[in-house]
Amino acid sequence: MLNIFINGKALQVPKGTTVLEASREVNLKIPTLCHLNLKEFGIVNQSASCRVCMVEVEGRPALVPSCSELCTEGMIIRTDTMRAITARRTAVELLLSNHPFECLTCAKNLECELQALAQELGIREIHYTGEKMNYPIDDSSYSLIKDPNKCIMCRRCETMCNDVQTCGILSAVNRGFDVFVGPAFHLDMVDTSCTFCGQCVAVCPTAALTEMNHTGKVWTALNNPKKHVVVQVAPAVRVAIGEMFDMDPGTITTGKLVSALRALDFDAIFDTDFGADLTIMEEASELIHRIQNGGRLPMLTSCCPAWVKFFEHQFPDLLDIPSTCKSPQIMLGSMIKTYYAQKINKDPKDIVVVSVMPCLAKKAEAARPELTKDEHSDVDIVITTRELAQMLKIAGIDFAGLPNGHFDQLLGESTGASVIFGTTGGVIEAAVRTAYEWITNETLEKVDFVQLRGLEGIRSATVKVGDMNLRIGIAHGLGNARKLLNDIRDGISQYDAIEIMACPGGCIGGGGQPYHHGDMDIIKQRQLAIYQEDQGKVLRKSHENPYIKQIYDEFLGAPNSHKAHELLHTHYIPKERI
Amino acid sequence: MSEVFEFDKATEKLKLLDAFIETQSAKDEAVISVLHKAQSLFGYLPSELQLHVARKLDVPAAKVYGVVSFYSFFTQEKRGDYTINICMGTACFVKGIDKVMTEFSNQLGIKNKETTADGLFTLNDVRCIGACGLAPVVMINDKVYGHVKAEDVGQIIMDCKEQKGV
Repeated sequence: MLNIFINGKALQVPKGTTVLEASREVNLKIPTLCHLNLKEFGIVNQSASCRVCMVEVEGRPALVPSCSELCTEGMIIRTDTMRAITARRTAVELLLSNHPFECLTCAKNLECELQALAQELGIREIHYTGEKMNYPIDDSSYSLIKDPNKCIMCRRCETMCNDVQTCGILSAVNRGFDVFVGPAFHLDMVDTSCTFCGQCVAVCPTAALTEMNHTGKVWTALNNPKKHVVVQVAPAVRVAIGEMFDMDPGTITTGKLVSALRALDFDAIFDTDFGADLTIMEEASELIHRIQNGGRLPMLTSCCPAWVKFFEHQFPDLLDIPSTCKSPQIMLGSMIKTYYAQKINKDPKDIVVVSVMPCLAKKAEAARPELTKDEHSDVDIVITTRELAQMLKIAGIDFAGLPNGHFDQLLGESTGASVIFGTTGGVIEAAVRTAYEWITNETLEKVDFVQLRGLEGIRSATVKVGDMNLRIGIAHGLGNARKLLNDIRDGISQYDAIEIMACPGGCIGGGGQPYHHGDMDIIKQRQLAIYQEDQGKVLRKSHENPYIKQIYDEFLGAPNSHKAHELLHTHYIPKERI
Repeated sequence: MSEVFEFDKATEKLKLLDAFIETQSAKDEAVISVLHKAQSLFGYLPSELQLHVARKLDVPAAKVYGVVSFYSFFTQEKRGDYTINICMGTACFVKGIDKVMTEFSNQLGIKNKETTADGLFTLNDVRCIGACGLAPVVMINDKVYGHVKAEDVGQIIMDCKEQKGV
């Protein structure tokens, strides 16, 4: 232990503690901006570039950044001197002097960490004027917008993109005042191997990276009397959207969410969870088929579009490994445009499918050419959890006060298995629940596979299924996925089935979710809520969903049938890495 | 990408570059030395070549581009056979390098960073090259010219042309 003094208070801290961490022990909140600590996900951004957390250390001529400065024996630190306070305010003023003053109309208004900091430090005047950045805005993709003029060079996105996701799309380019963060050769984001996971957006403190907003298209569709507008909601949305209405993280708001969508006047409200149950029917069948027929193992899940794009760019030689299943949102979209359209006797051209997703990659996924069938897309518009919350606010809907509503049938019933799709480990647990019963022809009494749960980056477990040991791997975060993929490529993988989700935590930590501002606890609360929702369901195995049985009886035939393949499966395309 | 780089016309140079890359033990730390080698072989670093280096070293192309755009030594534009590096460091500046720059510019008919139509000369200002004792300094490819005066410029250009047999 080290003995140190902060503002005259003596305390002991373990070796390796930063001055910032130590100051929190004595209830001091040194302001920070570039700093981001999501240690459990493997990211600590300590670039010390913003100079907002400066403090004085006795015997040191210059101020030091507390986020990266490690405590030493006998260190005497002062966080409250005029010199330190002035330096912090100067740093913020200098950042502001090169920042567009668009706060009132900015996508991050009231969510911006720079704005919050200016308020916290009581900045009322900016004493510096000078040249301002003037870069073009990149709105080339369906998923995100990059506005370098709002970048404060904190490098959080770069750390996320390079160290956690290992995609390496974003890097600092040029030197001095001309530095900006962007892709190689000034390429547009859409021309890179960006997966659109949106984790850069999730950690950006300002609006330098935000989602591509599609709410305008939804309003237009809702106000077109000729269109039958159907909405579907992903599992992770219901445990997070409450945060945007001052509810506690981890509050389950499924019923309120349905009522809110009803209030927005959608013609039908379906559950992506139904699509997830359908995915399990197809994916578990595919897994069993591969196991029993000596097919390619391990089989990898394919629900996550960022993950799909990742392996297309990074592992184009392994395209035969992932399941051919479309993702739940696309499966449900496909069933809406075919099965449901027939049932209600509508031309699919007159149906608009809107998805509410915790994800930015789902926006790009919905626009993939091979997922567009018969001149219409399976899913037409994708909005994020944040965008839906914004729509509800615009419509003046008191979300927290709403009564519980119910999803519409035929595509609104779901099981606990589909709910857990929203968290890392959930898809594979859902698949095991069904595969177990199909392989053994026995009823699975204990459906909770706790060995598959958690937040560790790479997890593995062996599940006994009859006389067979099913070896399961789980990775979340694309860097962790890369490790598992490298093992497969090197022929040393020891798994039969692997679940991969691109975002740390899975969809609960998606790039379209309410901003967590670096608070890991929020993600943990969302995960607890997902398992709680599963626990509360009467049916917890996908194949027990009565409407799933009905859709196969009436429309699809059997899992992996010709028709199922045509409507619920897809193929992958090798892509360049840049 | 801005321009088409003809790889088929550069197979020999590429072989040399790839052989150099093979000799690097820690590939992720070799970016700068490999880029030096690439620039010495090709004369410049077009985006296609940067991408080639990135893929060979298994580092993101954005990282390589970040390095190339950071260091003024690296150039992404094709240069002439002779790159005339004019040192604009403090010592050279005080000793009147601006007059030397103007003279080169006038005699070659190009501005700073431009290349002559015959592809022979590129004029390039650089930060201090660390030869302040010889100020004002001009460096043409690997050769250093010290105590350069405006009236020396004509002869320097002639020397280069003679060397090239023009």
